[in-house]
Amino acid sequence: MSRTHVNCEVNGDAVDFLTEDGESLLNALRDELGLIGAKEGCGTGDCGACSVIMNGRLQCACLIFAPEADGAAITTCEGLASADELHPLQQCFLEGAALQCGICTPGFLIAAKALLDENPDPTETEVRYALAGNLCRCTGYDKIVRSVLEAAVQIRTPA
Amino acid sequence: MSTTEAPPSTGTNGNGASGYRWVGTRPVRHDGLDKVAGKARYAADLNLPGMLYGHILRSPHPHARIVSIDTSAAEGMPGVKAVVTGADFPEAPPKGATRNLMCTVIARDTVLYSGHAVAAVAASTRREAKAAAEAIEVTYELLPHVLNISDAMADDAPVLHDNLFTRGVEPRPTEPSNIAARTVYERGDVEQGFAEADIVIEREFSTQAVHQGYIEPHACVVDCDQEGKAVIWASSQGHFMVRSSTATVLGWDTSRIKVIPAEIGGGFGGKTTIYIEPVAALLSTKSGRPVKIVMSREDVFRATGPAPGAIIKMKVGARDDGTITTAKAWLAYENGAFQGIAAMLGCMCVVSAYTLDHLYVEGFDVVLNRPVNVAYRAPSAPAAAFAMDSMVDEIAERVGIDPIDLRIQNCPSQGDPTPYGPKWPMIGLRECLEAIRDSDHYQSELPEGQGRGVASGFWFNIGEASSATVNLNENGTATVITGSPDIGGSRASMALMAAEELGLDVHLIQPVVGDTEVVGFTDVTEGSRATFATGMAVVEACRDLKEQLRKRAAKTWDCDVEEVEWVDGSAVHGPGEQEPLTLAAITGNAKRTGGPLGATASLNARGAGPAFSVQVADVSVDQETGRVTVERYTTAQDAGTAIHPSYVEGQMQGGVVQGIGWALNEEYIYSDDGNLENPGFLDYRIPVASDLPMIETCIVEVPNPSHPYGVRGVGEVGIVPPLPVMANAVADATGVRISDLPLSPPRVLEALTAAES
Repeated sequence: MSRTHVNCEVNGDAVDFLTEDGESLLNALRDELGLIGAKEGCGTGDCGACSVIMNGRLQCACLIFAPEADGAAITTCEGLASADELHPLQQCFLEGAALQCGICTPGFLIAAKALLDENPDPTETEVRYALAGNLCRCTGYDKIVRSVLEAAVQIRTPA
Repeated sequence: MSTTEAPPSTGTNGNGASGYRWVGTRPVRHDGLDKVAGKARYAADLNLPGMLYGHILRSPHPHARIVSIDTSAAEGMPGVKAVVTGADFPEAPPKGATRNLMCTVIARDTVLYSGHAVAAVAASTRREAKAAAEAIEVTYELLPHVLNISDAMADDAPVLHDNLFTRGVEPRPTEPSNIAARTVYERGDVEQGFAEADIVIEREFSTQAVHQGYIEPHACVVDCDQEGKAVIWASSQGHFMVRSSTATVLGWDTSRIKVIPAEIGGGFGGKTTIYIEPVAALLSTKSGRPVKIVMSREDVFRATGPAPGAIIKMKVGARDDGTITTAKAWLAYENGAFQGIAAMLGCMCVVSAYTLDHLYVEGFDVVLNRPVNVAYRAPSAPAAAFAMDSMVDEIAERVGIDPIDLRIQNCPSQGDPTPYGPKWPMIGLRECLEAIRDSDHYQSELPEGQGRGVASGFWFNIGEASSATVNLNENGTATVITGSPDIGGSRASMALMAAEELGLDVHLIQPVVGDTEVVGFTDVTEGSRATFATGMAVVEACRDLKEQLRKRAAKTWDCDVEEVEWVDGSAVHGPGEQEPLTLAAITGNAKRTGGPLGATASLNARGAGPAFSVQVADVSVDQETGRVTVERYTTAQDAGTAIHPSYVEGQMQGGVVQGIGWALNEEYIYSDDGNLENPGFLDYRIPVASDLPMIETCIVEVPNPSHPYGVRGVGEVGIVPPLPVMANAVADATGVRISDLPLSPPRVLEALTAAES
């Protein structure tokens, strides 16, 4: 079967991989690049566990064909932290106990980052709607929403 | 929000002492960083060299005889390395739990539900495996099917198992039926009770089957070698269960199997059994290669879970002063394709939050052509509470007593008999009721146009077998190894209890979930038992270590061990002639005082503390669409002692929201031809963030005297009250009482319209 050569930027690094035409970006990230942070919870764009930011937009990686990523800039959960510091969202999720099983966490972090990139001072309602495409079955969302609001404060007012 | 700072300790242990240093604080969980960094490894995240992908072919029919399976075309397809069918597995016994497990993993002669596994392929790529599985030709002879309780219980119903005779009926039936078992609990004389009651209310309720809805589909990787050994990486609630169940299905000795627990992406009871591991193991054996199987979401819905739907008929009698005296209940629960104990559990739970002089509870477990029930958070209790607590609300209304006060008036306490026999130990139902009564929420005025509902819920909690090994490292840190998969932060709780015992900073303790070859047998993480039972094992191992540490200090000081006390992480010389020795000082010198320090404890935990929760919600109902919006929600739950309050709150909030989903939206919808019509998260709609308010929590702590720190277990009971809470709140908002769930917009609208006309 013929494979397509895809060049793109993932978490700031230029990367390339070979993929079958019908393959999803999610499988390419996970299997070709070893970036396992994005998860497949449904494969139909309903759960948000595979959320990535592609060219500035929040996307479900399971709904994007891998060859569509050619030339794109992609941020995954693995790209949030620096070498010596977690992203405020990651830190607030930890301190706010915003995860239980953790399978949805990478997707929530990415969706929350996409929100805060656009709207650094969201209301609780705005956070809830921005995260409505991400399913969490463990937390009831309470601590996730609080942690995103807290991270927004921290990002706006760095120590 | 200041969750980083440790709040004052709130715990009180069974001896009434309080003021722990670690128990009751909120450290960042030890496995947290991996999870926010995307590094945590769930079963689907593992890839091995040469690994194949497995794909399972499933029945499109709800009930059919398998006439033949032709795998020849599939075997010749590109990339295919192995194909298995039911014929490759050992023969199943004619009946019983072993048969049910074996025949759930793969169908033998008969498929019993749409989605039942029939055959499987391992191939080099996912797509090759799927294409080959679809090329397997199965010839079915269709059989009539039954999809709901009433049809399945009918005299002329098609029977799923011709050797299933109802248990609990005398004389034993001579004809097989779909009624697997009848359960009865009774006390007093219900007819006399109703005759003496001032108010008698009779109602019928129904709830629908729902899925646990964990976001991680079932996944495993299995690597079998030429010596017949298998290594299984699995996402489950219990890797020792995966080992024993896989061995049972394959007819293997358990010693051939090692199970390495992957991180688990949610379970809620749904991962207390296996589906795919034996299939992957046979495919791996046949191909000589590691095999990964990851279920699709559609397969998860069609072939795993669910929690059963139920029909409950109730008659309740009370006096004008609000005393509930009598209840008669008839419960029938779906079991899925094989028999279970759903109705029995429902019978035990249905009136447990109330004291009654007279009760008669009769339950029926019913098999039908749906996937086999699996536990879901306080299994069977939510439907039972929906029925009883809807009735109690009506009684409160009739007698004009506040619904919380009425529940306090009728609540059991220590020493009262349970409906199912034994006496209640120390329980915190009254304290939960009082906590809600006194809450800011309940004391606040209900906003215009909204309705308020309250309800109680009960769940048993269990103990079971647990093991823990605690090793002290040479630098004065500790490794705590347990056999309990961590599905909601239990590793942090284990570390906190070890920290409290050893007097060691919780950050110096590394909690680990060990595989089946590094830690002693441990039962499944279920029944809210991990922090209770496995925590007891951790405490016991730590207490053993403290004895060892005292002995080492005594040896160092050349004194009697009785002169040494363990105080706040150090050995202290009672007579005061020696400088205290820290744990690190002792472990650093361990080679000279007798070698490394470690301890293991294995136990069968007894005395699990019953759990109660009381909840209140305010809702608004859109009169034009029937949509119910939860405006405010508060839950109180007796945790015994909250070891890590953040994760206790998390369990409470998560349970509530799952219950709200069950009450308002979630249901399995089957077509007449027996296929699930909503096997995906688009059409099976679980609550999302924008559906909900914050879930306010009130942790009640009535310590369980059977646990060294008073732990009860908090994982399950939170899902019980939301069903009646929602129904009661909708009734309060609209004046219309709906007794069939879910309270989805079409159903609510229909009820509102019917009430108007």
